[in-house]
Amino acid sequence: AYKRFSELLPKEERENACSARVPKSQILTLPELRANPFQHRICHVFSTSETRDDSMSFEDFLDMLSVFSDSATSDIKSHYAFRIFDFDDDGTLDRKDLEQLVNCLTGQGEESQLSSAEMEQLIQNILEESDIDKDGTINLSEFQHVVSRSPDFARCGGLQR
Amino acid sequence: RDSQQADTKHLSRWKKWRRTSSKSMKKALSEVKGLSSHLVLWRHDIHSIEGKFGTGIQSYFSFLRFLVVLNFIIFILMFSFVTLPIIISKYGIFNSTTAYISPKNIDDICTIYEPSGNKGLVYFYTYLKDLLSGTGFLEVTSLFYGYYIINAEWISIMRYNLPLAYLLATFAYLALSFLWIIKRSVEGFKQHLVHDADPFQSYCNKVFAGWDFCITDPNAARLKHRSLQYELQTDLQEEKLKQKIAERRMEEKLRIYSLRIFINIIVLAILLGCFYSIYRVTVFSQENSSVSIRNDTRTDLVNLLVQYLPSMVITLANFIAPLIFSFLIRFEDYTPAFEIKLTLLRCVFVRLANIGVLLVSLWSQISDCDSDKCKPCGYNYKLYPCWESDVGQEMYKLMIFDFIVILAVALFLDFPRMLLVTHSSCKLVQWFGHKEFEISDNVLEIIYGQTVCWIGTFFSPLLPAIATIKYFIIFYVKKIVLIHTCKPAARPIRASSSNFFFLVVLLIGLLLAFIPLGISIARIPSSKACGPFRSFNTSWEVIPDTILQFPTGLQQILFGMASEAFAVPFFVI
Repeated sequence: AYKRFSELLPKEERENACSARVPKSQILTLPELRANPFQHRICHVFSTSETRDDSMSFEDFLDMLSVFSDSATSDIKSHYAFRIFDFDDDGTLDRKDLEQLVNCLTGQGEESQLSSAEMEQLIQNILEESDIDKDGTINLSEFQHVVSRSPDFARCGGLQR
Repeated sequence: RDSQQADTKHLSRWKKWRRTSSKSMKKALSEVKGLSSHLVLWRHDIHSIEGKFGTGIQSYFSFLRFLVVLNFIIFILMFSFVTLPIIISKYGIFNSTTAYISPKNIDDICTIYEPSGNKGLVYFYTYLKDLLSGTGFLEVTSLFYGYYIINAEWISIMRYNLPLAYLLATFAYLALSFLWIIKRSVEGFKQHLVHDADPFQSYCNKVFAGWDFCITDPNAARLKHRSLQYELQTDLQEEKLKQKIAERRMEEKLRIYSLRIFINIIVLAILLGCFYSIYRVTVFSQENSSVSIRNDTRTDLVNLLVQYLPSMVITLANFIAPLIFSFLIRFEDYTPAFEIKLTLLRCVFVRLANIGVLLVSLWSQISDCDSDKCKPCGYNYKLYPCWESDVGQEMYKLMIFDFIVILAVALFLDFPRMLLVTHSSCKLVQWFGHKEFEISDNVLEIIYGQTVCWIGTFFSPLLPAIATIKYFIIFYVKKIVLIHTCKPAARPIRASSSNFFFLVVLLIGLLLAFIPLGISIARIPSSKACGPFRSFNTSWEVIPDTILQFPTGLQQILFGMASEAFAVPFFVI
């Protein structure tokens, strides 16, 4: 892991890789993240930089890898997945978050987006299935409850080393 | 990882070594898995089809791939146990000799069998005709049952009982197909259960856990995006339809139910019409196909047409009936998934029952025992001295004709249609539109071909090889047709339940293939003039005969196993 991290840094900074920060554009060149529609969110969630530029240090990088590895518990995975899906960072998944989530899933571009009627119907269904307190948003515990009963989450929520 | 590394400092050397070796084992295993997935046949083609046209069509192509592999293995099985020993003994490799035991207690008249293998100078087109109809020079090759006339052979010092091997190889390939299909359908069944068991969860499951984080290739990502989009759209459409159905008023329900009953009656009438016409045509064809006079081209051609008449009628029925069914089902107003299933079920019934009717009419001819036609031998020996080869020839003709039709339809219907639609602006042509890939029709085509292959392999051991080559070529033909002439389906179809459904229908075909084979093996007396079962009454008798030759202890055990107290619970488990 250390090797991969240091490969991302430009040559001059390789020696103090432990304390350097890698800019976001470099992180996005990682093969695992390249094709991922949530790449920006992932960088944002794991970055601990004070300047909010989404750069990652070595500890952040390790954090990210450990969450996505096979040995992370589903609690940790679902916690981080919630933060990744929460596009406006307000602690709950409301309609706008869900809409952006679905658009990420179906791909960029005009013809790959669902029509607004379909989107409405889909979001309605998702909220029906997972919103237990019927407040129109999904909070962390509701999300974890839904995800724990989902058979695919454990399988696909992991990056292979 | 830091805490893990901190731990290892305290462990003994032995435990350290074990940990590192288990880690490297895991890594090696995952690499092997990755490599072996590259070896899977046509992996790249099927993946790209999935991306462009959806998982429904992709499941058709992986089904086709499964059949290619299955047929190849069946061919290897039959070849190594049945054909190879004969070839070995014919050419005297490994010091082998053969034994011909002529049948005892049988009238000599039953053993007269002169297949007219071409002798002397013949015209080239006779070869072509023979190739197409399985007579002439093909009849005496190892393609058909009649070739295998030896009873036993000795390879060095071992005695190889060919009749027993023939029968056991038949059972083996049927059992193998059965078990393999069940194994595959169990995997599909689990997915099916997961999908249906928790309908409350399916949307959340798809949206929150839909993205596979292991995808690293942008092309793969694009494919995944499209399949997610298709799936979500399908689910939403089905839900809308279900709502519409739930909101129906009383009089609408009455109207729809009475319409459905009426349409089912029409369907039944069509089926009966098909069956009757096949019966008449088979009887006609069998009565009128005679050995041709070599010099007259015209009667040869007519003869060929008459021989192919049952195949043609069956193919015509298989072609027209689904069109009518898919036209009728639009009036019945079901959800798209159920429409597909019901049409599929009806078409399955048509195709498989057609083969059944053909076989029944053949047997009625073979066992046509009024006016003493079969007194000495138990079957109609004058017309059918070697009836197994004749049945094998019919199956062979069915298979070849099916293949020719698929190629011809692709060449002469699909491509011209595409060219017309893209280049002409005539309103009528535009109304036709581009072709949509009809999954159910295509799946039934290949299931029909596979059932013919299963039935025919007993009578013609090299048939699976022909089937393998046929499906191999069909894969590429269909792929080209799909990519160049079809537009993506307007109604995206879900794959997971279709996969399971295809396998269930294939299983029905296999079980239906058991019936004619069972009857031929156990009921109809085997021909005395050809084949490995000449000295037995029926083909099944090899097994009791062989068992009687075992030591008595073994016999007791085998009889005990076969007795009812044991067999029934065994089958149930």
